[in-house]
Amino acid sequence: MKKQIVLAFTSALALGLLSSCAMEEVPEGSQSAVQTGGNRVVNVCSWGEYIDPSLIDQFEAETGITVNYTTAESNEALYSKLQGTNYDVICPSDYMISQLIEEGKLAELNYDNIPNYALIDERFKNLSFDPDNKYTVPYTWGTLGLIYNSAMVSEPITSWDAMFDPQYAGDVLMIKNSRDAIGIALLDLGYSLNTTNEAEIQEAYEKLAEAKEAGVYQGFVMDEVFQKLEGGNAAIGAYYAGDYLTMLENNPDLKYVVPEEGANYFVDAMCVLKDAQNKDEAEAWINFMASTEVSLKNMDYIWYASPNTEALEQYPTYYEETYGEPLDMELYEIMAAPSDVLENCESYLVSPLEIRTLYNDLWTDLLS
Amino acid sequence: MKKRNRLPLFAVPYVGWMALFVVAPILMVVLYAFTNAQAGFLFSPDGFTLDNFARMGSYAPVFLRSFQLAIVATLVCVLIGYPVAYFMAREGEQFQKMAMVIIMLPMWMNFLLRTYSWIAILDRNGFINQFCRAIGLFDLINGIFGTNLEYFQMLGTPGAVVLGMVYNYLPFMILPIYSVILKLDHSLLEAARDLGADSVSVFRRVIFPLSLPGILSGVTMVFVPSVSTFAISQMMGGGTQMMLGDLIELQFLGGAYNPYLGSAIALVMMVIVVICMYVMNRFGEGEEEAVML
Repeated sequence: MKKQIVLAFTSALALGLLSSCAMEEVPEGSQSAVQTGGNRVVNVCSWGEYIDPSLIDQFEAETGITVNYTTAESNEALYSKLQGTNYDVICPSDYMISQLIEEGKLAELNYDNIPNYALIDERFKNLSFDPDNKYTVPYTWGTLGLIYNSAMVSEPITSWDAMFDPQYAGDVLMIKNSRDAIGIALLDLGYSLNTTNEAEIQEAYEKLAEAKEAGVYQGFVMDEVFQKLEGGNAAIGAYYAGDYLTMLENNPDLKYVVPEEGANYFVDAMCVLKDAQNKDEAEAWINFMASTEVSLKNMDYIWYASPNTEALEQYPTYYEETYGEPLDMELYEIMAAPSDVLENCESYLVSPLEIRTLYNDLWTDLLS
Repeated sequence: MKKRNRLPLFAVPYVGWMALFVVAPILMVVLYAFTNAQAGFLFSPDGFTLDNFARMGSYAPVFLRSFQLAIVATLVCVLIGYPVAYFMAREGEQFQKMAMVIIMLPMWMNFLLRTYSWIAILDRNGFINQFCRAIGLFDLINGIFGTNLEYFQMLGTPGAVVLGMVYNYLPFMILPIYSVILKLDHSLLEAARDLGADSVSVFRRVIFPLSLPGILSGVTMVFVPSVSTFAISQMMGGGTQMMLGDLIELQFLGGAYNPYLGSAIALVMMVIVVICMYVMNRFGEGEEEAVML
């Protein structure tokens, strides 16, 4: 069925070409469109709720490439998945990208095939995880902050302390991945997110374990957080700014705060695996996603800020045109954090192997 | 002659399937379990290790919790399932058909969806708590006991996990018991009555012992998936009631990638389960023979 739809679209596209092209070019144009409509595919693995699904259809219609879109729960889960599955494009976060580069798992990109890379803001080029920018095209960026239900807590929350406070026993949702959870504890203790001091990491673990023991955590969750916070089933959770904005649409009592101790500032970027079977299609996908028009549409759907300069500038106008009301700039600052907020935030760097093993071991201990 | 030759031929797909998808994976699990994570391959120098097993000591609480919850769930299933199966088998054919449909009905729905809907029922703002709030139960309790109760904490407790197991696996207990009771030889019951047994004795000394095989296969079918589940404990336990399945999943797909440790845990769990089953079946056989004698 899908193939037929794609074929129909490509022939429609070819027809469009036909009308604008000189007569002698017609057979060639239509022929190639039909050929490419057949079996070109690209395998994409990204996070859940992280794309406007209509963009996938749009890409398939425009290029005739079929997209196999799958999702992973976290960077660590994605890494595990890579052991057994072949993807072409993945969209990990900064520190996982460094790790994958370090392990030689990523392919160098041919930026000639990705002209829209030029549209990416200079702030998001040559970042620490890919200093010469050979492997990645940033997809989104944002902060990991604290979300709370203002109707369920007595006073505004400004500190990560709340995530460990027995006062909120049973009301707190801790994020279910080792880097973020241990990172939150490190921040609360005043340490760096990227500390390699094992004693500090151990201390962060103790803090989490103590809070878990005291019954502070209702659960360790990833995307279950939506249902829990929207429905008032939990009062406090740590999650990403973009997802907060999605939750806010369903529960206006929810507040987002970048706590005073600082937070994690992340960049998720698209990269192609070294074993990718469909490198050209992968680059076509990346180029498509990086374009201004697609970035705007996607940003509007997933509420994560795009690194595309034009999209960032045009979004307030785009919003007004689409919804007929001005964009709340306070919300836009949560989505695309201004520089004074980012100054207080730290991005993750890849940890040495022994620290990663320590994180894994402590994480298993914490949950068991 | 002909018949004998045909059987193995028909068995080829099955044997091939078993070899490929049962025996080979188990061999791989064994291989991984004894492999040093640093070396990454069993037959390389320093590849062999028992570290994966040594490390498991720290996960004793998870083992304990898994077996505890699975045993409780199995017992509850027997206690609920046996009477249901017993009365079902005694009723008319029409009733039996209806009951069968009702028991099977939930299983036509996706397992995850079924379990997920329990979250909406048990959550802090779930149906039960909303109902209790609406009828003023919390005010009543707070008034009497001077407490400050706002909701019942149900999710994230061991009880919720047991509930999830019982809910999902109860049909696997009812059906084998039902089919055994259904096939009971009625002349045996008549003989027992002729010999002067009252109905309690008939049940205790004839029906129950004869239905033991059904109970045993029900126990196996409930206990084994319960002890190794990870979806139920994750959803109903909110990630705070980790079971062996979760621990293994964490090593393969979750936050901590360590398939060597994961395989070792899986292997130990497998061995314990096999021992449990063996002991139980022996116990069952002994019981049956003793009664028969």
